[in-house]
Amino acid sequence: MALPMDWVWGLVGGLMIGAAAGIYLLVNGRIMGASGIIGGLADGTAGPTGREKLAFLLGLVAVPPLLVPLYSSVSTHVTGNPVVLIVAGLLVGMGTRLANGCTSGHGVCGISRFAPRGIVSTLIYLAAGAVTMAVARHVLGVI
Amino acid sequence: MLMRNLSALFAGALFGCGLLVSGMIDTAKVQGWLDIFGAWDPTLAFVLGGAVLPMIFVWRVAERRGVSILGTPIPERMPTRFDPALITGSVMFGAGWALAGFCPGPALASFAIGGWGGALFLLAMVAGMVAAPALSARLSNA
Repeated sequence: MALPMDWVWGLVGGLMIGAAAGIYLLVNGRIMGASGIIGGLADGTAGPTGREKLAFLLGLVAVPPLLVPLYSSVSTHVTGNPVVLIVAGLLVGMGTRLANGCTSGHGVCGISRFAPRGIVSTLIYLAAGAVTMAVARHVLGVI
Repeated sequence: MLMRNLSALFAGALFGCGLLVSGMIDTAKVQGWLDIFGAWDPTLAFVLGGAVLPMIFVWRVAERRGVSILGTPIPERMPTRFDPALITGSVMFGAGWALAGFCPGPALASFAIGGWGGALFLLAMVAGMVAAPALSARLSNA
């Protein structure tokens, strides 16, 4: 049975993400966590790691748009509701800094190291996400 | 220093391209993954699986070496503590992730194509990051 193409591209993209995390760890000796990289730059706690964080951020922001012409259409399908965007952004920003990690740091890098904190954090944010989705979409109908 | 920055630039570019290729920058897909009571989309399991598999191998190599290729010590394991900040932060992150369908990496990778909605999310996210230490201090005093 052929896998749906979305799943195949998910796997290919996932392997690219894993390879990126591997390079950042093996060459730079750093854990690839998106919230730590942007957060450290935003609040000035990056210290001597600021330059490589900035280089990482430059690659992350500037290079993916170069792939867009390869697709017939690419959309983030992001909501147009400014209240949802602001509340969600604040929660993601505060939450990832409090928890000291997000999908990349706790998820990809933590799970693969079998780190208890990473595994627990991932289970909690997945559960919180599923509950929030159920309530916000199916009970309140706001997203 | 040049090698370190070039490597970080390359890793960031590869990470962002992986996020685009995998569909993680599509908030509808991410929300579909979290929508277990609706039209559930399992794609994210393939993304996470694809990313974790090579990293299991990389961690083994890195921890055996003890230092990176450029001589930086491999980060030590955090003591296993499930403190209030980890739990509360993870709950907040999960809730925000579901509401907009963005986590930090994809929000940045899609900045150029995300329009004003993506930019507003990023602005709020960075504000939340800057405000986090104050909240964290309250949690640890509680």
